[in-house]
Amino acid sequence: MRLGVLFSGGKDSTYAAYLAFKKGYKLSCLISVFSKNQDSYMFHTPSISKVIKQASVMNIPILTVETNGEKEKELEDLKRIIEKAIEEFEIEGIVTGAVESVYQGTRIQNICNSLEIECFNPLWLKDQVELLNELIENKFEVILTSVAAFPLDESYLGKRIDKELVLKLRELNSKFKINIAGEGGEFESLVLNCPLFSQGLKVVSKTIKGSGNSFRMEVEVGNLLY
Amino acid sequence: MNLIINVCKERLHYYEFVKPVESILKQSGIKFITKHYSEVESVEEYNKIIICGTSLKDNEFLKEIEKFSWLKETNKKVLGICAGFQIMGLVYNGKLKKKTEIGFFNEEINILNVKGKVQVYHLHNNYVEFEDFEILSKGDIVQAVKKKNLYGVLFHPEVRNKEIIKNFLKL
Repeated sequence: MRLGVLFSGGKDSTYAAYLAFKKGYKLSCLISVFSKNQDSYMFHTPSISKVIKQASVMNIPILTVETNGEKEKELEDLKRIIEKAIEEFEIEGIVTGAVESVYQGTRIQNICNSLEIECFNPLWLKDQVELLNELIENKFEVILTSVAAFPLDESYLGKRIDKELVLKLRELNSKFKINIAGEGGEFESLVLNCPLFSQGLKVVSKTIKGSGNSFRMEVEVGNLLY
Repeated sequence: MNLIINVCKERLHYYEFVKPVESILKQSGIKFITKHYSEVESVEEYNKIIICGTSLKDNEFLKEIEKFSWLKETNKKVLGICAGFQIMGLVYNGKLKKKTEIGFFNEEINILNVKGKVQVYHLHNNYVEFEDFEILSKGDIVQAVKKKNLYGVLFHPEVRNKEIIKNFLKL
């Protein structure tokens, strides 16, 4: 079956795509929606240049759309780009990295149902620690690009998800109830390398904005090899 | 040993519709094995059986309801979730009806010690009008049923009503 990946460039959507690939599905295209609303309920807010770079090392075509980030308008924009993916790449289903968000999940299910295509959410209800450990086992190189919850601060930006960080996040989870996989918006991530990439990426420049316990690191990435 | 039955045709759906149910059993330290319905002819060697749900579009099982005819013969306790609920009804001559419900809904139920108006997660395009089942819910369409050893819910208890699965396992 040919699938479109609802892709943000973070750990969840990339790992969901990896599970689909491992189960023998064809990843026909990536679909990225960029919201101008930094607090969008539906979409992470990655920069376009990063996902294009990721798509190029995955050798998968990418469709992108920018949305104003008004609640229902976002959904119309998402539906329109999925329709485009059906026309251009003949996809028969969508794969997403939704873990817990019934808000996100319900809306994507509705769109897929109305377009009569399959909707796959292979990380649905997945245990958070298990998810982070599987990323490490499967050689995903992932860094944190934003934090938005006490006691996470600027020092976490750029940190790799490794065993040490998982231990730290588990400790913070027991003390402060932080969702350790970041799905609650506590942090966002960026995949620099994984088995779907033909080569790794590296951070070539970064800009950090924020204060207190809410920071965002905008990065530009380049190929690790030339 | 308990049996979890996967009714999905698409392999990738395992993670979404079967694995979360497996996780509940694992966390409770309960032993199980998982099989696809096409591999299940008899369930007599198992203690309890759970038939999981599937996606809105993956309805291949509806063409093969005869493969669940063991439901009519067994005395083992069975819990049907969404697709599993529909299968129970259809095996006993229920009628398949169309209704799409996706997301959180409040339903009034009384099944497996979960009683009252509770928030449930729906993901279905179909439901069933049951014949000769005890109806354990109120509202427009049937949400929860029982017939001797068979228990069924239209919604997905693995999302927000895990106690239904846990209480079933304690029976």
